[in-house]
Amino acid sequence: MSSAMSLTGIGLVIVATIGIGLFGLRISRTTSDFYVASRAVSPRWNASAISGEYLSAASFLGVAGLVLVNGADMLWFSIGYTVGYLMLLVLVAAPLRRSGAYTLPDFAETRFESAVVRRICSGLVVGIGTLYLLPQLHGAGLTVHTVTGAPPDVGAAVVAVIVVINVAAGGMRSITFVQAFQYWLKLTALAAPIFIILIAWRSGDHSIGLLQSLQGAAAEWAEPLSTAGGRDHPLYATYSLLLALCFGTMGLPHVLVRFYTNPDGRAARRTTVVVLALLGMFYLFPPMYAILGRSFAPDLVAGGADTVVLELPSRIFPGTAGDLLGALVAAGAFAAFLSTSSGLTVAIAGVIDQDLLRSRLHRLTGGDYLAVNSFRIAALLAMTVPYLAFRVTGALSLADTVGLAFAVAASTFCPLLVLGIWWRRMSTTGAAAGLIVGGIAASAAALVNVVGAPTAGWPRALVGQPAAWTMPLAFLTVIVVSKLTPDKIPAGTARSMVRLHTPEAVEVDRGPQAFTNLPPSDSTPPRRA
Amino acid sequence: MSTSQGPGELRPRRVRITSPRTSAARRPTVPTGTREIDEQTRLGEVYMNSLIQSQLRLTLAVIGVTVLVLGSLPLLFWLIPPTRTVAVLGLPLPWVLLGIAIYPVVYVAARIYVRKAERIETEFTEFVGRQ
Repeated sequence: MSSAMSLTGIGLVIVATIGIGLFGLRISRTTSDFYVASRAVSPRWNASAISGEYLSAASFLGVAGLVLVNGADMLWFSIGYTVGYLMLLVLVAAPLRRSGAYTLPDFAETRFESAVVRRICSGLVVGIGTLYLLPQLHGAGLTVHTVTGAPPDVGAAVVAVIVVINVAAGGMRSITFVQAFQYWLKLTALAAPIFIILIAWRSGDHSIGLLQSLQGAAAEWAEPLSTAGGRDHPLYATYSLLLALCFGTMGLPHVLVRFYTNPDGRAARRTTVVVLALLGMFYLFPPMYAILGRSFAPDLVAGGADTVVLELPSRIFPGTAGDLLGALVAAGAFAAFLSTSSGLTVAIAGVIDQDLLRSRLHRLTGGDYLAVNSFRIAALLAMTVPYLAFRVTGALSLADTVGLAFAVAASTFCPLLVLGIWWRRMSTTGAAAGLIVGGIAASAAALVNVVGAPTAGWPRALVGQPAAWTMPLAFLTVIVVSKLTPDKIPAGTARSMVRLHTPEAVEVDRGPQAFTNLPPSDSTPPRRA
Repeated sequence: MSTSQGPGELRPRRVRITSPRTSAARRPTVPTGTREIDEQTRLGEVYMNSLIQSQLRLTLAVIGVTVLVLGSLPLLFWLIPPTRTVAVLGLPLPWVLLGIAIYPVVYVAARIYVRKAERIETEFTEFVGRQ
């Protein structure tokens, strides 16, 4: 693989990212712009941006790597990532938008009227965000290492610096454009090599068939539930993974922040439908890399499977054509790290800014500071912690680590949101208890995995895919504790339900944090009798 | 409102006295559904409950179908091993189902959901906006 060409590709992505970010700076003016792009992003832009932000290193590199090693069971990863948006759509999309809150802790505070619940949520946002940023940095390090042979630190540092600059410069407004651009770049980078391989194959004469790895006796790896790659209890692992991904998506901090940028509840739903189409289109391609990789890069199965997407083009087309395609794929991979990391950093920075920094800065300077500067300092802090974590952790499977972030989200924010939106007898104590129990159980499992997982049998399966027990545990805790503490049901629950569920077209009292999209009354034409 | 009139027409006047009473009794129905909701009356609560219930029913239906479809696939492969390798369109069945077929199905499900959810909201808006 030609490092010069790939570096040029990566460089172009970085320049485009910063360029579009600077363009965003020129139109980002207010604090609301920084947080939620002033809630005025159309469904199509928003859907491209959501997909661009969502398709991370795990999707771009990790899924193909896992399928290459473990076969068809790993196809559930991309299905889970997609169906997660269907669950988000039917359970929380419109109500969440109608809640009118900026961030997840905002939602928790207005729904449960408790500063304690808010603080627990803030901690979880930072925790989940960090766990999710970690594999992004690893992916960046891996890509730069594969392309140039430079140590992984370099790639991670480059991504960290660019993300902080971009987020601090333009906030949410600018990353909306950046991420929308990055979705289409990622799709192109992943699809183009596959199409070119298919076209080349039709015209040429070759000894290895494209689908050879799926046929005959050598195809055992491709079977579902095969325990290929040394995974135990595949049926449990499949269900648990599916649960984590389907119900974890709605609890990811960067996904939630994106939904607040929709103009209203209906737009939030329509945006989600477009997202499902865009994701489905993207996920057709990673398995093809795995199928081809089995034939053309079999050595990667034993080690370095996460690089299969990067390696494949130059393995199939030695020479300039392969180099060009390799550069395109490397650029797409970098777009994946940058977009997801930017989204996560905005989400974490928003929480750090609101809950930690703003009040302290106010005390320190006596109110003599710009709110936007507080957000910029927060963005720097938000990236520092994951970068330090990256320095101390060793090699990680990209998609597996991301799977753990989903498991923590599914065991904490999923019960909070789902029950908070649909169950009016949920008490504040129940909410806090569920967050704590689910959070401790799932993060303990995640920590054990990162530090050193059990080597075999049920312990490994239960710790490796914890969602199947941690998520029901969290739901059960919320329900039982809420039943035991009926006097702690928030007084404003009825008003909250009105705010969450009534369409914007109905003029009702939505409580103190009301937000309506109705045009000012003087703009409505006078009615004639 | 009726004020004192001539004492000679006592009987018709008694009839008139009932007329303001009926209009007074009807007054609570004059406010729109939105005021019922704002004032959190029993009726407003019923309106909100019916909206939330019908949305929840729709949501649970979508989740139920999803669980049934997605949940049955691993079981199918587990219980009937030949399905793990049987070829469809030149590809093994699991790869066709999990790699390709599932995505259009999810998209169509989402489209159907959104249409139904918006219909519930439109009906609600018309209902509470009326009266």
